[in-house]
Amino acid sequence: MKENTKTGECNRREFLAKLSIALSGIAGALVAIPVIGSIIAPLFQKRQEVWRSVGAVESFEIGATVQVSFIDASPLLWAGITAKSAAWLRRVGEEEFIAFSVNCAHLGCPVRWIAGAKLFMCPCHGGVYYEDGSVASGPPPRGLYQYPVRANNGQVEILASPIPITTT
Amino acid sequence: MRILKSTMSWLDDRTGLITSMGSIMRHPVPPGSAWFYVFGSATLLAFLVQVATGIALAFMYVPSSGEAYQSLQFISNDTTIGRVVRGMHNWGASAMIALVFIHMVQVYLFAAYKYPREMNWLTGVVLLACTVVMGFTGQVVRWDQTAVWSIIVAAEQVGRVPLIGTSLAHFVIGGETIGGATLSRMFAYHVFIIPGLIFIFIGFHLYLVLRDGISEPPEIGKPVDPKTYRDTYEEMLKQKGVPFWPDAAWRDVVFGCSVIVAILLLAIIVGPPELGKPPDPSNLDALPVPDWYFVFYFALFALMPPELESYLMVGGPLVLGILLISLPFISNRGERSPLRRPWAFAVVVFAIMAISALWAIGISSPWSPHFDAKPLTAEVIGVTSGHIYEGGQLFNDKGCLYCHAISGHGGQRGPDLTDVGSRLSSNELTWRIMNGGLNMPAFGGILTSDELSKLVAFLHSRRKP
Repeated sequence: MKENTKTGECNRREFLAKLSIALSGIAGALVAIPVIGSIIAPLFQKRQEVWRSVGAVESFEIGATVQVSFIDASPLLWAGITAKSAAWLRRVGEEEFIAFSVNCAHLGCPVRWIAGAKLFMCPCHGGVYYEDGSVASGPPPRGLYQYPVRANNGQVEILASPIPITTT
Repeated sequence: MRILKSTMSWLDDRTGLITSMGSIMRHPVPPGSAWFYVFGSATLLAFLVQVATGIALAFMYVPSSGEAYQSLQFISNDTTIGRVVRGMHNWGASAMIALVFIHMVQVYLFAAYKYPREMNWLTGVVLLACTVVMGFTGQVVRWDQTAVWSIIVAAEQVGRVPLIGTSLAHFVIGGETIGGATLSRMFAYHVFIIPGLIFIFIGFHLYLVLRDGISEPPEIGKPVDPKTYRDTYEEMLKQKGVPFWPDAAWRDVVFGCSVIVAILLLAIIVGPPELGKPPDPSNLDALPVPDWYFVFYFALFALMPPELESYLMVGGPLVLGILLISLPFISNRGERSPLRRPWAFAVVVFAIMAISALWAIGISSPWSPHFDAKPLTAEVIGVTSGHIYEGGQLFNDKGCLYCHAISGHGGQRGPDLTDVGSRLSSNELTWRIMNGGLNMPAFGGILTSDELSKLVAFLHSRRKP
């Protein structure tokens, strides 16, 4: 009789231990899920793209490559100047434009257009691109990315899209 | 005095803190530890300086992508004390990075990571990683132009991870572009997450130091044998041990005080790093260079072969981490003296030489075009009109100058062309300019034949005196 009780107590003790461990785990998860969810939230954002006007078609000279600025696709109210992005825009025909990403395809540094040399040059690790965006020298594994660009009602519009990330 | 004494004894009776603190402070340590052992405590002290000055900065700093820059200007320019505190936080960070590295080298050379202190090494590796992340996020919350481009560069690096690269990059940036979310996230890492981890792991690290004792200075011919080590160590402490406080601690205090005085003096005399331009991603007039402790890594990316780059960018840190973690498992017994471990010595010498060399070349960054190179003057060109003069002007205008130097003017990316006329014929010059080569773009489609002949005439006139 006594032994039975002891066994019963042991079972009860085991049960309570397991119950406590399980409840602690559930309680931890209840807190962790929303916390981790908010930290990794940027991964679940929908890709944001918006056409942004960067100036009248006539204001761009055919053949010239100029820097244009625009506001990101979905700026937060407190982003301030960090909401701005830039592109290198070239008018190649009456209504035809090319917009290069300013981010070097190597590690994202801001490339500069050197008009005299007709080259894009990166200040960080010496990446150089030809006029058409293809690699001229240095470490970039591919040419410059391009943004979709269009002439719309006399305005040049660039599709404000994510910073291009060079992947393997 | 009597009141103080009775208060203390009441407090000790009710809490036991004073007695246990006393016994911790006076725990026996091996004799002869000398000055080699001060770097761990100095790293801890540098961290505490960072906590204190970081809290002070948090009283003035606004962690908002749109406003942080203005608050940094206020801290740096409009308040004397803010400038000093920012300076201390900056130099404290430099001290912590330098000290944690020296501490690791010393532990490695003395093989203090061997049995039974493997976990001390592993917790130390975690603390090293945390310190590096603190260095990066700290440079980034100094929210200027360089900070913005540094985040993009970091995002591009993690972007090379197979399959999940783009997601990781967006995780770093806090979205698909730099913006309102970016700084808030960096601030949370820098101020809550990583410091929290550092507190936990410092606690663990110190607990282990007390549990297993500090390693005795290595002696040739006294190898570590896990079977007997603990008993021998206990016996040695019983016979020759000296109380940590004050016999060994005084050196930590003296060195720690010097570190703090140095941080404060540097903060007052040199001050914090100048704030760069505002964090405007559309301002492309930028020359992003990381703080000194990352310059060697920055240099590595310019110099590594592009074909291997993606593998090294991801695999390099991974392999380094695995090596550091596996070290105490690969060798947890045997000789501890660096005099009997020539390979350990060689590893340290090689690491220091490699980092120093990369560092030195990273500072001059010869691979970067010199956008601010001053145009060649008529004096340098040597004539004031004609083909050669016009060729000299083309050398300025076509960007040649950014990468090639002539008579000390210009960049260092390509060969110095001061006396190229003595090395290459006109035909060879023409061929090279037209076709490019190695790291030079082909200018065939860029120059007219008239421009080309003038440029060649100019270059051919560059002769040895």
